[in-house]
Amino acid sequence: MAYIFQQALNALQLGSIYALIALGYTMVYGILTMINFAHGDLFMIGAFFCFIIAVYLKLSFVPTLLLSMLGVACLGVIIERFAYKPLRNAPRVSAIITALGVGLFLENFTLALAPYPKNIPPLLTNTTWTVGSLSISSLQIIVIVLSLVLMLILDFVVQRTKAGMAMRAISWDKTIVPLMGVSVNKIISLTFAIGAGLGGAAGVMYGLAYPVIDPYMGIMVGWKAFICAVVGGIGNIRGAMIGGFILGAVEIMVAAFFPSTYRDFVAFTLLLILLIVRPYGILGKPQPQKV
Amino acid sequence: MFSAESTYHTLLAHWRTLTGYKLFWPVFMMAGLAFCMAVDTFDFVDLYLQLILIYVGINIILTVSLNLINGYMGEFSVGHAGFMAVGAYVASLLTVHAFPASAQNMLFPLAILAGGVGAALVGFLVAIPSFKTRGDYLAIVTLAFCMIVKSVLENIDAVGGPRGLLGMEKLTTLPWVFFWTALSVWVIRNLVYSNFGRGVLSIREDEIASDLMSVNTRQVKIIAFVVSSFFAGIAGGLFAHALQFINPRMFDILKSTDILIMVYLGGIASISGSIIGAVIYTILLEILRPLGIWRMVLMPLMLVLLMIYRPRGIMGLKEALLFTPLRDLVTEKLWRQKKKEVTDATP
Repeated sequence: MAYIFQQALNALQLGSIYALIALGYTMVYGILTMINFAHGDLFMIGAFFCFIIAVYLKLSFVPTLLLSMLGVACLGVIIERFAYKPLRNAPRVSAIITALGVGLFLENFTLALAPYPKNIPPLLTNTTWTVGSLSISSLQIIVIVLSLVLMLILDFVVQRTKAGMAMRAISWDKTIVPLMGVSVNKIISLTFAIGAGLGGAAGVMYGLAYPVIDPYMGIMVGWKAFICAVVGGIGNIRGAMIGGFILGAVEIMVAAFFPSTYRDFVAFTLLLILLIVRPYGILGKPQPQKV
Repeated sequence: MFSAESTYHTLLAHWRTLTGYKLFWPVFMMAGLAFCMAVDTFDFVDLYLQLILIYVGINIILTVSLNLINGYMGEFSVGHAGFMAVGAYVASLLTVHAFPASAQNMLFPLAILAGGVGAALVGFLVAIPSFKTRGDYLAIVTLAFCMIVKSVLENIDAVGGPRGLLGMEKLTTLPWVFFWTALSVWVIRNLVYSNFGRGVLSIREDEIASDLMSVNTRQVKIIAFVVSSFFAGIAGGLFAHALQFINPRMFDILKSTDILIMVYLGGIASISGSIIGAVIYTILLEILRPLGIWRMVLMPLMLVLLMIYRPRGIMGLKEALLFTPLRDLVTEKLWRQKKKEVTDATP
């Protein structure tokens, strides 16, 4: 029983990281109907920012997290401005290929600068409490609570503020919204900043939980987060959170009860079955094609 | 005023001068094959260059076959490396374990063919979810399929698990690569311009409308996926016997991304574009090799710039005259004239 609780805790930790990244995918998709495949690499850049700030500037946890988020958010806005904006009226696939190109660029650029895997120094003193046979590390609690707080803030921003209202409006109808006096460019930049910032936060937390980082770590995590976004119904923010926790739970539970090499196999098979049964995700709405 | 017949004749003359002669393609093919055989027998081109040519051929097969799904049918498949993996493993297992060592050279085409058929069977399975799911969700299905193939291969010890499979002889020679490349280009080009090909195009333009026009969309999708994955499997078999070593990690999502880049670099829905894209990408990567890791930084940057300044790729939705059937040229010309007449007539 304690074993299951232990694994549930691990699942929550992994799931909250997935959910944070999936949010970036789903927000950008909701507004631009474009899959930002460079997002997984922004997550990786977040971990590297964390490394640079922690090692060379020797700051403590909170400023490191905030600076990394800020840095990745700026990078996200820059990428949107120079790579995606010229393609806003181009065929959708060109934008997707551009995103793949940007992702490859970020990976290889980082690889050229940092050829070897890096170790993130422990920023937090990790204490472990033992309850019965259950051991809870403070790091896990911090990762889970921090991600939940970030998600709640995001939910508040999207549902209750004016900027959030503009975001929802743009994803509803792109042609009418500018006529209502909403600056579409600003809102899109803001969306990229928020999405990338959350990805950067996920990178920092991932770096704390699994301290060895390398330039290719964003690929698998990024694709898996994308899967979370689709499972929850792409474009749906709450769906992305749910999808993240589901995938985290599935992966940890498979690794806990089967040989861990089966993890990807089972996770992806479940995904396939889900998509065949519910092709539009858990919270997504089926969109009947109009003729 | 115009008549269909005179238009046909002027176009025929035009087309003949461009393609040279009716025998252009057969002569070109024979010359290419003869050249490849000469290179293979007399070894007057150094081995490194030969290997690059082999990779160019394999990449052309991959690109042309993916273009059938992504370009002509307008779906977004990101799992092409998975089909390639199936073909590579089936072909290698046959040559390593099943075929006698003495008859390897004779049976090699059979192994490649088996690899293609294996991949085609898997392609059939992937086609089934494509009935209901479209767009991004189908992309996920193909992605998941690619990951499942990789994961299954890593878990079967009989095929080497994560360590991979070796023991293949270097059976992929330039003439064989030329043959399979020419075959795949020929088959897919003829498929696209056949009656069936119009069905494929109509699915890209509007699936519901094509359904109403009595296109059997399910059948078309199945055939397109099966043909595409068949050639991906063949490319996989050739790849395995050129490299003489395969492991599951070679066929991960990065490989799929490579193929996607070649397709969209060359341009969607264009056979000539696919060939150009594959050749440019493969050769450019080799030319830039002295730059080391920085070439991998430069390539994506060039891709992004290309997409910004030419979003449809080099040949997007256009076709070289060499590959366009005369019938299509005539139809297009007549249509243009008719349209001009109509606009001329209305004040």
